[in-house]
Amino acid sequence: MNDGILSQILDYANRANPYPLYEELRKTPVFHDGTGPYVISTYHDIQSLLHDPRLSSDSRNLAATAGDPLAEGEGEEAMALPPSFLKLDPPEHDRLRRMTNRPFGPPHSPRRVDSMRGGLKDIVTGLIDNLGDPGRIDLVDQFAYPFPVTMICQLLGVPREDEARFHVWADTLAASLDPDPDADPAERQRATHDSRMELGMYLAGLIEERRKNPGDDMLSQLAVGHGPDESMSTMELLSTAALLLIAGHETTVNLITNGMLTLLRNPDVLRQLREEPALAVPLVEELLRFEPPVQLLPQRTPLVDIEVRGITIPKGSSMWLILASGNRDPARFEDADRFDPHRKDIQHLGLGSGIHSCFGAPLARLEAQLALSELARRLENPRLLEDPPPYRRNAVLRGPRHLRITCDGIRP
Amino acid sequence: MPDTALEQLKRSGRIVVVGASLAGLRAAETMREKGFAGSLTLIGDEPYEPYDRPPLSKSVLLGRADADRTLLPRRRALDAEWRLGVPADGLDMAARTVRLADGDTVPYDRLLIATGVRARPWPNEAEGELDGVFTLRTRDDGAALARALAAGPRRVLVIGAGFTGSEIASACRERGLEVTVAERGDGPLVGALGGVIGAVAAELQREHGVDLRTGIMVTGLEGDATGRVRAAHLSDGTTLECDVVVVSLGAQRNTEWLTGSGLGAGPRGIACDAGCRAFDIRGIVTDDIYVAGDVARSPHALFGYQFLSLEHWGNAVAQAETAAHNMLSESTERRPHLWVPAFWSSQFGVNIKSVGVPSMGTEIMIAQGSRAERRFTGVYGYQGRVIGAVTFDNSRWLQFYEQQIEATAPFPLPFTTVDRRSDGHKPMPADFPDPSVPTHGPTITLSGYSPADRRITFTPAGH
Repeated sequence: MNDGILSQILDYANRANPYPLYEELRKTPVFHDGTGPYVISTYHDIQSLLHDPRLSSDSRNLAATAGDPLAEGEGEEAMALPPSFLKLDPPEHDRLRRMTNRPFGPPHSPRRVDSMRGGLKDIVTGLIDNLGDPGRIDLVDQFAYPFPVTMICQLLGVPREDEARFHVWADTLAASLDPDPDADPAERQRATHDSRMELGMYLAGLIEERRKNPGDDMLSQLAVGHGPDESMSTMELLSTAALLLIAGHETTVNLITNGMLTLLRNPDVLRQLREEPALAVPLVEELLRFEPPVQLLPQRTPLVDIEVRGITIPKGSSMWLILASGNRDPARFEDADRFDPHRKDIQHLGLGSGIHSCFGAPLARLEAQLALSELARRLENPRLLEDPPPYRRNAVLRGPRHLRITCDGIRP
Repeated sequence: MPDTALEQLKRSGRIVVVGASLAGLRAAETMREKGFAGSLTLIGDEPYEPYDRPPLSKSVLLGRADADRTLLPRRRALDAEWRLGVPADGLDMAARTVRLADGDTVPYDRLLIATGVRARPWPNEAEGELDGVFTLRTRDDGAALARALAAGPRRVLVIGAGFTGSEIASACRERGLEVTVAERGDGPLVGALGGVIGAVAAELQREHGVDLRTGIMVTGLEGDATGRVRAAHLSDGTTLECDVVVVSLGAQRNTEWLTGSGLGAGPRGIACDAGCRAFDIRGIVTDDIYVAGDVARSPHALFGYQFLSLEHWGNAVAQAETAAHNMLSESTERRPHLWVPAFWSSQFGVNIKSVGVPSMGTEIMIAQGSRAERRFTGVYGYQGRVIGAVTFDNSRWLQFYEQQIEATAPFPLPFTTVDRRSDGHKPMPADFPDPSVPTHGPTITLSGYSPADRRITFTPAGH
């Protein structure tokens, strides 16, 4: 592995503030150290490449992964599932994403996400009610973590009595994305594998049951299938469910936690949000620009030699698109390092762009808007107990592992 | 040395905008944004404040939106004098005044003309006045047609299968109405997208139950004793019973009021330079008269320096912003309006988008997806370069092809892409109709080049 700026980006020591490294990286918009990936860090280049049909998201088009420290290992194969649509190109991608979208959003289910508002609000209220001692709150463990899993259970249609088991599997899988150097790797791997198996078996059983007795939940709708695309195979459905679970989980935790951290560092904005909950909408957009939960996309590879800024990136190379760097590119955003929820020009890369742009975006936005505006309203004079907080290991899905705060009380 | 006249204009000058629709409004807002503190007058022939047109042929006809609820959102307060419901009637360039139809004259220091287009009427005036015969351009048109459709006519005839006509037919089918579309060309949308794509659009219409008749002209409309339309006569000798007729034959530019003024205005629009300054009839650029939106014709480097005029939503906004900027800028700070044409349509459940000028293309290749699935990207080539692109339900890739157009990339595309199918390897003739035959250009758009986007890099062919 190289010793340069990429390893610094991956180095845990820089997790709390990778932005100066991105600034450095932008001086070489197409960065390549000879053996590693081609790294793209400026807004316009990333934006173009996300719409470039010569780039594949299918790892089978990678020529070699040697030299790419983020190249995927055998992880997913342990579950022996076909790749999810996140890692497929059209037409397979389009077919699976379209089918998944049918029960989730327009045109067939235009009100799905909005109809979840009440349920989401109840989850948020319940979690805040149970925060306990206002003097010592870990906002990650007590709020940001349980929230999205409870929500995804509702969305997929996991019965309430199974939620506890589901939470455990989901947590183990999410933790596997974020290796802890102190843990025994073999032990971890076994735990992860077991969780995958158990979750897979559980979901397969649930799918079977929903085929017979379909309900209004997404799993039922996907299992039954409609229209010209027909239905997903059980294996495709399992891949899709696993994708929704992982992608819709870890990222939302980080969006909410990064959001609260940013608000606590900008008390005037926190105050504004308390007085004016509607500010949550532009605020979450600015947050997705300023502290995106997905910092970079490590899985694009050109199908042919392509030229970016006069540099030829050979067919089959691995590439990283550093979304978080593009979001802070001063060539695109005025005062890019400033958090400004009143910013008007905010076409960020926080949810990606192009055909792989975040599938769960409408839900993630709503979750973060509700969570942050309720926290701002109910926590009385909240303060950070440590700044920066301890971060997760993961450089790609970046966010605090804990967010310890104190406040004077919790408003009803 | 600062231009004191310009400073004075910004502080206390008089700017008049003729045309109170999308381009006029956005231009006026931009002027205020740029610190124009003088008097601002907006003149519009309709009695309404600026409203949005794209919904008129879509959600309004489906009964999902009211025609009077499509007012354009305001970006900022304008503090303007509105002269609505009175068309401009004449221009005196020497005296710097605009004459209104009610006899008033309005003096200006700078004039912006954004009078747009109107629907081309049915050529037989008496037939066009029959009850049940409509055109669709204005808010009143939209409301009247929506009412007529809601009343449940037995058959609607749409004359002309351009974008508006096709969207109207789509709305009729969605409402469960019987609809016949009569098109002089070989298929719907052929004027804008050519015969290859027109064939796909034709299949789409027929699958959705449209009685599509191509290669045919409506020779006359017939009314009953009460003056209501009851039938149409077609060039193949047949007669079609129908109780609603929508004439959708494209648009005419609103330039007649400038006749005799000395401005370079005519049926094809008002010629202007890349900075939106109008030409006079001698080909000399004016200093105080600017043009924006559907009525403007300006030369474009990417398209052979042809004078292009486009009825595109995004173009109207971008051009208005550029015109307003240039009106209030020193000559060295003016910027060109170098947009890449882009438009959008929604019909029969399909989202259609296009960039560039497909109708300049002689060849087309299906770069991604497949026509059989109605999900594809077609790329148009002209003299060995990429000149346009269209997507059916595949718009997320379009930006890439827009960049190929901007870079005058070679055609056929020399590389492969994701989702390239077997029929996408070879270009075929794009099959545009003879340009001397009138056709319908694209009429409704929602996307376009914004000055916030990256500037065009123009690479002449062969480099």
